[in-house]
Amino acid sequence: MNLYLDLFLTFARVGGLTFGGGYAMLPILQREIVENKHWVTDEELTDYFAIGQCTPGIIAVNTATFTGHRTAGIPGGILATLGVVTPSTIIIGIIAAFLQNFSDLPVVIHAFAGVRACVCALILNSVIKLLKTSVIDKPAAVIYAVALLFSAFLGLSPILVVLLAGVAGLSIRLIKKLSAQERGESK
Amino acid sequence: MILARLFFEFFKVGLFSVGGGLATIPFLQHIGTSTGWFTVADLANMIAVSESTPGPMGVNMASYVGFTIAGPVGCIIATLGLITPSVFIILIIAQFLQKFRHSWGVESVFYGLRPASTALITAALVTVAQLALFSPLSWKSIILAVAVFVCLRIKPLKKFHPAVFIGLSAIIGIVFSF
Repeated sequence: MNLYLDLFLTFARVGGLTFGGGYAMLPILQREIVENKHWVTDEELTDYFAIGQCTPGIIAVNTATFTGHRTAGIPGGILATLGVVTPSTIIIGIIAAFLQNFSDLPVVIHAFAGVRACVCALILNSVIKLLKTSVIDKPAAVIYAVALLFSAFLGLSPILVVLLAGVAGLSIRLIKKLSAQERGESK
Repeated sequence: MILARLFFEFFKVGLFSVGGGLATIPFLQHIGTSTGWFTVADLANMIAVSESTPGPMGVNMASYVGFTIAGPVGCIIATLGLITPSVFIILIIAQFLQKFRHSWGVESVFYGLRPASTALITAALVTVAQLALFSPLSWKSIILAVAVFVCLRIKPLKKFHPAVFIGLSAIIGIVFSF
C-alpha cells in the first residue's frame, strides 16, 4: 500500500479508537505504529509524547505530526495529522446535527442537566491530578494562585495569562540560577 | 467571513493551549463570551459529548463548536484551525529534536506554563460549576456532582471510563427530571 495512504488510514484508526486523547492514545499508538508498522521505536514514541505535552496544541495531533514526519517527511506529517482528526470530525458532526434538532425536547434538557453536574466532577478530578504534576514548589503555587485570580475574577484573556506565566517561569528560574551562582562564588 | 473568524479563533486555541484537551476549555469559554457563538451551558454540553466520543478531546471540541456555528464546513474549518499551529511547530521542532528537549530556557518557560494552565482549567471549572449547580441553586445537581466525584476517587470505580459516568448522569437527570 502507498505509504502516505497507509499513514492516513492508520492514524484515522487510532483517532477513531481512542476515547479522551492524550495518554489514552499511548497504548493504541504502541500497538499500531510500533509493533505492527515499525514506523518508530518505543523510545521515540515516548519522546514524541513528552514533547507533544510541552508544546502548544493537542497532544494527539502533535504525536501524529511527529510520527508522520519521521516516516515520510513533511507530507507524511500532514497526512498523519489529517488522519487522526478525520473520525472526530465525522462522528461529532453527526452528533451535533442530531442534538441541534432535538435540543428542545424535555428528555434531552433533563439529560444534559444531569450531564453538566457530572462534568463538574470530572473536571475537578482532572484539576486535582494536574495540580500534583504542575504545582511542584512554592513559586509554582504562587503562579497558580495569581493566574487563577487573574482569569477567574479579573477576566484576563487566557492568552495573556499563558504569556505572562511563561515569562514568570523563565524569570523565577533565572533568579534561582543567579542566586545559586552567587552563593557558589561567596564560598 | 464567519469561516475566516472561526479558523482564526481556533488557530489561537491551538497556538496557546498547552497540555491537551482540557486546556482548550478556558480558551473556548473566552471565544463563547467574546463572540456570543455559544453559552457556558452549551460549552458544558460540548465537554460531555467530546469526552464520551472517540478521538482527541480538543479536536472533538473544535469540531462540535465549528458545526454549531457554521454546519459541516464549520466543523472542518474549526478543526483545521486548531491543528495548523501544531503542525507547523512540530515540523519545525522535528528538525532539531535533541536540542529542544533538554534546553534550559524551554524547561523554564514550561515551569511557569504548567501551573498557569492548571489555573485556567480551575477558572473554567468555577464558571461551569456556577452554571450547572448554583444558578439556579439545584440540590439534585450538587448531590449528583458530589456522588460522581466520590466515585472518581474510589479505587475500583475510578477505572471506569468518563463516558460511563456521563451516561449514568444523563439517565439520572431524566429519571429525576433535573
